[in-house]
Amino acid sequence: MTPFDYTRASSPAEASRLGREGATFIAGGTNLLDLMKLEIMTPDRLVDISRLELDGIDRTGDGGLRIGAMVRNSDLAADAIVRKHYPMLAKALLAGASGQLRNKATTGGNLLQRTRCYYFYDTAMPCNKREPGSGCQAIGGVTRLHAIFGASEHCIATHPSDMAVALRALDARVEIEGADGAVRNVGLDEFYRLPGDTPHIESILAPGDLITSVILPPPEEGRQTYRKVRDRASYAFALVSVAGRIRMEGGRIARAGFAFGGVAPRPWRDRDFEATLEGNEPSPALFERAADALVANASTHGDNAFKVPLLKRTAQAVLTELTES
Amino acid sequence: MQTRLHINGDDHQLDADARTTLLDALRNHLGLTGSKKGCDHGQCGACTVLVNGRRINSCLTLACMHDGDEIVTIEGLGAPGRLSALQQAFVHHDGFQCGYCTPGQICSATAMLEEIEAGWPSHVTSDVSGKAELTVDEISERMSGNLCRCSAYPNIVDAIMEVGKGRRG
Ligand SMILES: Cc1cc2nc3c(=O)[nH]c(=O)nc-3n(C[C@H](O)[C@H](O)[C@H](O)COP(=O)(O)OP(=O)(O)OC[C@H]3O[C@@H](n4cnc5c(N)ncnc54)[C@H](O)[C@@H]3O)c2cc1C
Ligand code: SF4
Repeated sequence: MTPFDYTRASSPAEASRLGREGATFIAGGTNLLDLMKLEIMTPDRLVDISRLELDGIDRTGDGGLRIGAMVRNSDLAADAIVRKHYPMLAKALLAGASGQLRNKATTGGNLLQRTRCYYFYDTAMPCNKREPGSGCQAIGGVTRLHAIFGASEHCIATHPSDMAVALRALDARVEIEGADGAVRNVGLDEFYRLPGDTPHIESILAPGDLITSVILPPPEEGRQTYRKVRDRASYAFALVSVAGRIRMEGGRIARAGFAFGGVAPRPWRDRDFEATLEGNEPSPALFERAADALVANASTHGDNAFKVPLLKRTAQAVLTELTES
Repeated sequence: MQTRLHINGDDHQLDADARTTLLDALRNHLGLTGSKKGCDHGQCGACTVLVNGRRINSCLTLACMHDGDEIVTIEGLGAPGRLSALQQAFVHHDGFQCGYCTPGQICSATAMLEEIEAGWPSHVTSDVSGKAELTVDEISERMSGNLCRCSAYPNIVDAIMEVGKGRRG
């Protein structure tokens, strides 16, 4: 690790101010310290935000849920409201990392964890995300983990979070306090940026922007789940994952909300997939049509071509599970 | 950096560079070498300790972030002559071969049994809103953050099962 100054923030405002002056936030530290040990990230000033009182899980006025940025992943997965009304979120959290890591990992840090691309982790290799302009070693290299949607000729990395996939399917919004003290909130779709020609910029956050909470809309009726496919039964990142919820009305799919993990630089959502389902009676043929629509625009890079059939089958399996009587 | 740590019931004053991880503070500054350094990247679990009652990887956190925290390491769980129930069960079931991962396994299992008692679900709990049972699948899933290169897993699970069952009466 390269040397740094350490300060513990006593308020969100103080954290934001120090952030604008160039300091890096540390929450659970489980991603940042890993990257600092490898000198992939080399902040010269850390602001400890882990003790800020942003650790509540509270009902909002309209019946939704406000999840503090400092809520630990294990507390969120164990929360009674989350388990009962947003089970896909509990399942996604529990499918990620380990018991020890979830005890440290925070809502905000989980959203901002960085890719697991092997070349991003190997400082001897060119990588546009780690070192803008140096090239992308993954393109033409080993791409088993890489994206089939949303990538660019500059970066084909995926976002590794499980939690964020469920949040995207649940239409979550991220609340941000800026260095000027103004609070705004944005949907997860706008929150993450696609790589384009600036893959080192991963979200809309500006220096000093502090995530203060994540807000879920009121729970919807219907069934929901999270399914993760990986190389081991536990403690491995997703090759492909599906977060899905379905509300039925009179034997037809009235509403479908889906997001896909392990396949894109951000949790992937596809309106064509949902539109194909909505208004129709569930059937294997319908699920196949929806899955075909989903992968219609996939582009593969050698090793990761298996993700196309894997994603289709996983989506079809989840649709079957959510609609069978 | 000055940091106050309460470890295994004793107060310690640490004076160390801000880069010092909790694991390095325990092992190199305070002489508590029971916690082990395996991967040093949160992947193997050998460094697991309890902070304010919760299991964490001590390699992926800075000592200075734990000012005032209550820390329990394997040395604090028991010692020869007064072993904790889990330590005793690991001996009884031969829950190790080389022993390097054992302190992490035992610290992790100590907190894991509390998590089940508190009603926390896991990835293999069939109904996340219901109560988890103490099964081999549950123990294996919940202990997946602790690797054992000798692969003593069946005996580790047996040891944890015995203590878990005893607690549940
Ligand atoms: C071995 C291992 C296995 C893992 N497996 C999985 C897995 O299967 N699935 C999965 O989803 N994840 C997995 N993870 C990743 C884990 O979920 C993340 O490391 C964790 O969620 C990060 O949260 P944190 O609070 O520790 O973040 P930190 O490391 O503290 O921070 C991460 C980044 O977020 C920024 N940040 C943090 N909080 C805020 C805030 N409030 N506002 C603005 N910026 C902020 C920090 O500046 C930093 O850049 C794994 C990690 C490890 C080490
Ligand atoms: S895919 Fe992205 S993260 Fe991986 S090497 Fe290319 S630029 Fe770097």
